[in-house]
Amino acid sequence: MRTFLLRRFLQAIPLLFGISALTFLLLQLAPGDFLNTMAENPGITVESIEAMRTRFGLDRPWHVQYVLYLKNLILHLDFGESFSRHQPVFQVLREGLLNTLLLAVSAAVVTWGLAVPLGVWAAVRQYSWVDKGLSLLAFLWLSIPEVLSGLLLLFLAAKTGLFPVGGMRSLGWESMDPLGKALDLLHHLALPALVVGLIPLAARMRQMRANLLDVLRLDYVTTARAKGLDERTVVFKHAVRNAINPLITLFGFTLGALLSGSFIAEIIFSWPGLGRITLDALLTQDQYLVMGSVLMASVVLVLGNLVADILLAVADPRIAYD
Amino acid sequence: MTETREAAADQTPWSLFWRQFRKSPIAIAGGVLLAVLYALAFLAPFIAPYTPEEMDRERYYHPPQPLHWVDATGRFHPGSFVHPTTLADPRRFRYEEDRSRVAPLRLFVRGTPYRLLGVPLDRHLYGVEAPNRIYLLGTDPFGRDVVSRLLFGARISLTVGLVGIAISFTLGLLLGGVSGYFGGWVDTVIMRSTELLLSIPGLYLLIALRGIFPADLPSQQVYLSIVVILAFIGWAGLARVIRGMVLAIRRQEYVTAAEALGMSRARIIVRHILPNTMSFVIVAATVAVPGYILGEVVLSFLGLGVQEPAASWGNMLNQARSQRVLTAFPWMLFAPGTAIFLTVLAFNFLGDGLRDALDPRKVLGGKTG
Repeated sequence: MRTFLLRRFLQAIPLLFGISALTFLLLQLAPGDFLNTMAENPGITVESIEAMRTRFGLDRPWHVQYVLYLKNLILHLDFGESFSRHQPVFQVLREGLLNTLLLAVSAAVVTWGLAVPLGVWAAVRQYSWVDKGLSLLAFLWLSIPEVLSGLLLLFLAAKTGLFPVGGMRSLGWESMDPLGKALDLLHHLALPALVVGLIPLAARMRQMRANLLDVLRLDYVTTARAKGLDERTVVFKHAVRNAINPLITLFGFTLGALLSGSFIAEIIFSWPGLGRITLDALLTQDQYLVMGSVLMASVVLVLGNLVADILLAVADPRIAYD
Repeated sequence: MTETREAAADQTPWSLFWRQFRKSPIAIAGGVLLAVLYALAFLAPFIAPYTPEEMDRERYYHPPQPLHWVDATGRFHPGSFVHPTTLADPRRFRYEEDRSRVAPLRLFVRGTPYRLLGVPLDRHLYGVEAPNRIYLLGTDPFGRDVVSRLLFGARISLTVGLVGIAISFTLGLLLGGVSGYFGGWVDTVIMRSTELLLSIPGLYLLIALRGIFPADLPSQQVYLSIVVILAFIGWAGLARVIRGMVLAIRRQEYVTAAEALGMSRARIIVRHILPNTMSFVIVAATVAVPGYILGEVVLSFLGLGVQEPAASWGNMLNQARSQRVLTAFPWMLFAPGTAIFLTVLAFNFLGDGLRDALDPRKVLGGKTG
């Protein structure tokens, strides 16, 4: 187990270097010298521009720049300076990242919380109207991209007034008691989490159904039934636990979809997350902020895959010994 | 010789596939719907009553006009008509139908001249006589006809997917093929690059790549840059699968035979190995097209893609972003929304049917869950 974890962890390191190299390359390819653009901004002093120039070696050849970029990144978590916000990039990103993770994790709860029971339901009632209805719904839902479902929910929220139409907190948030704060946050979180969580739902539900159907055909399930166990025990104690494994692997895979989905939900519902920051940064040509957030999102994805592998190894000991 | 060839042709994978495909009503429905959508896009200047940029300064946010058949005096109009409207509340853009007047719907009316395949024409499928105007799906904040924008937008939104797929699948096939066939360091380099691309969340990569193109490109170049970006992101996943398939195929005897005959490696990959991956590639491409279409929609929705005044489904959605527009002028969301939904649905239907038709297990007749 320990060697498996170690090996898996070491594999992630070159990947992270590769991602940093790619973001650096994109930074270089971006048009215009942004320090010049910065110099035109009266809000930025000549000293701070000079400080940036030396810190990132912007007047030196590109390989020196990359080494400096990496050094600042690893040693000081220094992603550079956000020009538009006059703050270190890391500081800007930290809060956005937490908000995005909150959204993505809630969305994952929505996805798995619905996909597993619905998938089981469809499988134990194979070919019934429940099964057919659920696959039809899944099929239709697969064809509604998050841009549409997001705007649709925003439309409903605005029409009914049941949910807030954007932001993360109500106006009087500061003066609420802790329970009120939590409820208010949940109230704001509900719609964006639903939008993001419903995207992978259809696919996961179909997978859960197919997995369970496969497992239910196996010999040990027949054995369990032959022993005289009731169907409920056979399905939930014996079959579901094995059928769920592939869904754990898919968690890492789904995380990418959840992050991308959060991006759109953040824009539509004005959720102050990483996606919003990235878009604003791109529109204001705040290069370091753009690259910092791309790097950050990728790190989350790589770590998420790592966690998924570890979870799978925990759930299925056969894997760690391979 | 010819006879045996013909008899064999009857049993080619293609004929088997076609027989299977025709049995799936869903796949046929998807295919027909797509044919209609692409035909509409191609015929856009003829079907659209107006040009996508034409502004009606007296009718901003005009709601969709219903067709009527019976007028105020009880007379029946077999060809249907609309009532001309007047602006009742300029602040809220509320319009009132003038029920005493009738603007009959006319077919093949003369309108703005246009060219279709180089032929100069001026007939439009439907319209009303000037000075009346017809807005079956309403107008946008600039008083432009939503039907016309939808049709012209389809030309961009629907073709981005096909062009993007063509580029990225060519790349994916070649790189995956080379990677699987040659192995060694070539394989390592290509596979590590795909891992790299796949470990950056899609939309973030999309945004970062958009950043290397200047913000204010002319619309032709925006189109090109979107296609290039989508293709750059899209090849990685396919290349990995193709590599796996090529690894299995290259050990087959006919490949060894081709090698022994002294055929060049490039020719072996292109002529003998890649064609064997085709059934998978066709399904994968069909299922992947919506992703590319949505890529354009998302970029334009975020204001980074096709720029005004040109129309695309994404930038039409962009205008529906605010809460005020959504509640007061919901057609701004539902018109492009329905178009996008139908397109994605049609591709999914077609892809599902193709997968069933190309699935070798299906031939056994067993119904798989």
